[in-house]
Amino acid sequence: MRLPATSGEWIDRSAPIEFKFEGRSYTGYTGDTVSSALWGADVRVLGRSFKYHRPRGVLSLANHDTNALHQWGDQLNLRADVVPLQAGMDLTAVNTFGGLDGDKGRVLGRFARFLPVGFYYKAFHTKGLFPMWERMFRAMTGLGKVDLDSPRRSTPKAYDFCDVLVIGAGPSGLSAALSAAAQGASVVVVDENARAGGSAGYQIGNDPARAEIHARLLAQVSANPLIRVLTSTYAAGYYKDHWLPLVSAERMLKMRAGSVVVASGGFEQPAVFRYNDLPGVMLASAAQRLMHRYGVKPMQRAVVLTANADGYRAALDLLARGVAVAAVVDLRARAGTAATLVQQLRDAKVEVLMSSCIVEAVPGTGGASVAAARVGAVQADGSPAADLRDIACDGILMSVGWAPAANLLYQAGTKMRFERAVEQFVPDVLPDGVFACGRVNGVHELSRRMADGTRAGSHAAAAAGFGEAVGSALAPEVESPSHPWPIVAHPEGKNFVDFDEDLQLKDFHNAVQEGFDNIELLKRYSTVGMGPSQGKHSNMNGLRILARLSGKEPQQVGTTTARPFYHPVPMAVLAGRGFNPERRTPLHSRHEALGAKWMPAGVWQRPEFYQLAGKVRLDCIREEVAAVRGGVGLIDVGTLGKLEVIGPQAAEFLERVYTSNYANLKVGMTRYAVMCDEAGVVIDDGVVARLAEDHFYFTTTTSGAATIYRELSRLNTMWGLDCGIVNHTGAFAAMNLAGPRSREVLATLTATDLSAAAFPYLAVRECTVADIPARLMRVGFVGEWGYEIHVPARFGGALWDALMAAGAAHGIRPFGVEAQRLLRLEKGHIIIGQDTDGLTSPLEVGMGWAVKMNKPFFVGQRSLKAIASKKLKQQLAGFTLPPGYSGDVPLECNLVIADGDIAGRVTSIAWSATLGRHIGLAFLRPDLATVGNKVSIRLTDGAMVEVEVSPTPFHDPENLKQKEAV
Amino acid sequence: MKIMTCPLNGPRPVSEFFYWGEVRPMPDPDTCTDAEWADYVFNRNGAPGVKREWWCHTPSNTWFIAERDTEKDVVLKTYFYQGDA
Repeated sequence: MRLPATSGEWIDRSAPIEFKFEGRSYTGYTGDTVSSALWGADVRVLGRSFKYHRPRGVLSLANHDTNALHQWGDQLNLRADVVPLQAGMDLTAVNTFGGLDGDKGRVLGRFARFLPVGFYYKAFHTKGLFPMWERMFRAMTGLGKVDLDSPRRSTPKAYDFCDVLVIGAGPSGLSAALSAAAQGASVVVVDENARAGGSAGYQIGNDPARAEIHARLLAQVSANPLIRVLTSTYAAGYYKDHWLPLVSAERMLKMRAGSVVVASGGFEQPAVFRYNDLPGVMLASAAQRLMHRYGVKPMQRAVVLTANADGYRAALDLLARGVAVAAVVDLRARAGTAATLVQQLRDAKVEVLMSSCIVEAVPGTGGASVAAARVGAVQADGSPAADLRDIACDGILMSVGWAPAANLLYQAGTKMRFERAVEQFVPDVLPDGVFACGRVNGVHELSRRMADGTRAGSHAAAAAGFGEAVGSALAPEVESPSHPWPIVAHPEGKNFVDFDEDLQLKDFHNAVQEGFDNIELLKRYSTVGMGPSQGKHSNMNGLRILARLSGKEPQQVGTTTARPFYHPVPMAVLAGRGFNPERRTPLHSRHEALGAKWMPAGVWQRPEFYQLAGKVRLDCIREEVAAVRGGVGLIDVGTLGKLEVIGPQAAEFLERVYTSNYANLKVGMTRYAVMCDEAGVVIDDGVVARLAEDHFYFTTTTSGAATIYRELSRLNTMWGLDCGIVNHTGAFAAMNLAGPRSREVLATLTATDLSAAAFPYLAVRECTVADIPARLMRVGFVGEWGYEIHVPARFGGALWDALMAAGAAHGIRPFGVEAQRLLRLEKGHIIIGQDTDGLTSPLEVGMGWAVKMNKPFFVGQRSLKAIASKKLKQQLAGFTLPPGYSGDVPLECNLVIADGDIAGRVTSIAWSATLGRHIGLAFLRPDLATVGNKVSIRLTDGAMVEVEVSPTPFHDPENLKQKEAV
Repeated sequence: MKIMTCPLNGPRPVSEFFYWGEVRPMPDPDTCTDAEWADYVFNRNGAPGVKREWWCHTPSNTWFIAERDTEKDVVLKTYFYQGDA
């Protein structure tokens, strides 16, 4: 039922919204949440509890419980208490068997004694019954139904900065924002509610002065240009150096703040009594939110259970909005600061019972409503006296205390202490730049919360470099707003401590009796605080119970760890849009036009092969190989790392980082280069070209380019040699023109003398090709006469076009990575990372010739000395399959088996048309690696294939291809 | 996310940095035993405390030294390498 409209309510009564819940149509208003609209439409059962499928209604109306979890299409587990009502919503409650009203799962409540605490642990104790329990749990647990076809939601991530970030826009948070801004700091205030104001907007107590404070705070904040307020946004976690993800429905905003004020308030805590979960039993603040924000009448006739002044204010608010108050039941003996409020209530003929408690909410017919509050006197030990009395009502408000919303403070590393004066944990030692104020700081009275906020805001601004820190911590509250024991035992139970997990008081007794008397153990065994609301409404009472049962102080019991996130964050928000940058060479468009099939190579995109119309992949690759062997081919090698080292000690630097000699390398020549790490493991290879005495140009592997450059820079920093390193990887385009016809093709484009005498194998020349300044290197990676041509990146396309045009008459073919892999395999050249792994030394891959142990020093030398003194464990060797072999072919990583044991593995294998058989490389036990020896390889399916160890290179072992024909 | 201060570029988010490891003097390869060398190559001291480490600001390829208290998770100071001392 709706109340008459008032100013300041959040709903727009001129904008009604139609929606459906459990198949029935309802009307709410713009500004409503799902729960407020349903409660306003007199729907009392909003959901079913997790374990016993009990009917549940509004408890906190603040995302502190998950009584009302709804699904709308592919959006599941919507928290109805806080999700804004939208037109066309078609909602169902999750976790029901056959609908909310007729939920067949409710019978589970009657079997409660068969579902004891620690049920999961106990169920899985007997191994044989495991499958049965598993089937049952899978059917019964889990909330909501995932729609696997739901489209991907692409949410942006945003980044922002501020001097002071204030978490919580209640009276203390807004006061903090104002005082920080007054000192000149730019302030962002974040609040999960749709509007700012916090409890100042609903804990009115029918007091115009309090309403006026609320209005004034909001006006001052909105008028301040230094303050930005982000509503409907919550701080999901605290990360180092004041880095907080601020999550809203649309996005995640990553905020870097100069300092942080946590003014997150408190979670109002439920009292524990029999049937405290019935629809109609709610927190006082929930009823106040219903009335003040949404104009919804929470009930017709209420009993208010209280232990603080806030409860009396709630009762006054109820009266002011036309709700009958049957009684106020105070757990305490004296009303303390609420004395004047008590008088107001008594003047209004409301019965106020001191030293009394509610023992039970008496269910109405059907068991889904409240018919009365069963009330009795509290005895000295907190238990109720025998003499009980029923007070008729259809709703019960609970106002027995608060737990600090300290999640972010814990995550920031705050040391908390239990403060008896307020019966709650308060910050004891705060980390640098983090401040707390208001209820989370143990300050509860309204004017004091504002003063505490003003103090914290000033200190936070000062910490961020604005002004002087003014004010010091406030004196403790004169009375505790939280009752130390708002818990009433009942012989028949159903007095719930955790509403998410349907945990009753007796479950705690049993858990402790079974030995789980440590807070962390108790949590895991009983699952208290492990439901979707993560203990926001249950941890404090759980802790009190454990403290009492174990005879400890709350401080000694301690709290469990608070981890991100504060609320569950949707995966879509976490994933964001996805960002996987890829690199393209300057020739990308040329490859595209030629029909390249792309493959990733590290961060690069490279052509695997070029698709020919009407031909399969393998044929395309084989044709590319044939072109290089028989004529001429062109491959883009621009992804290689391309570095320069320049300076008087450039040669010395290379001597130290590569295993070979470079001091004696002649200007105009190149040399193969192997790099090891300190353990003597091969990590990279390339070609070093000496352009001048003090100037070297050298390449690294594609995948190693960035890390090798980085590590070389570190070594150069550490050694302080007189040379500098430049990374040209992106600045140069590079291509390899290879094949017996390559010289003829190149000759048409350059005046440089390409004769073997003038430009021998492994020489480097700086010249022009097609009028483009170029570095030419005679290389033989693919086993043919060839040139690696490096040009500035912007000329890459022009050079490619010129070479393709000049080669047309010779049948030039572009070739891709796959063809190159086969070509180099035929030549027996290894690929670092494919034919080596993270433990391979150069000695194991036949590169001893490139390792100069007589140098004074190189990285890895000392380790190689140790390795060389021991027997090799494995050795890379070539192998071939018989020419006519027609069975299944081994794959890379298939194992070599000898004497029933692993004796090696295949690192490379391919069909070689040149040799008319399959060829490959494999690591072998050294005693098996003799040429001509037969070894067995186990295929993936377990079958064995015999191969013969063969000499490498398979192709052109004499290297005649690099010599001029005579 | 933590902030790391690059001596060249100032405070930047730690995701822009590459962590190499502790600065550890290399034993003389000519005189040390195999065991001493293996200890240097393979063993790292993971005990919490103040560490002197190599870090690199990757966008600018700037190497520097950071002194970090790994127990308190605090960066104490950062500066350019001045030799092993």
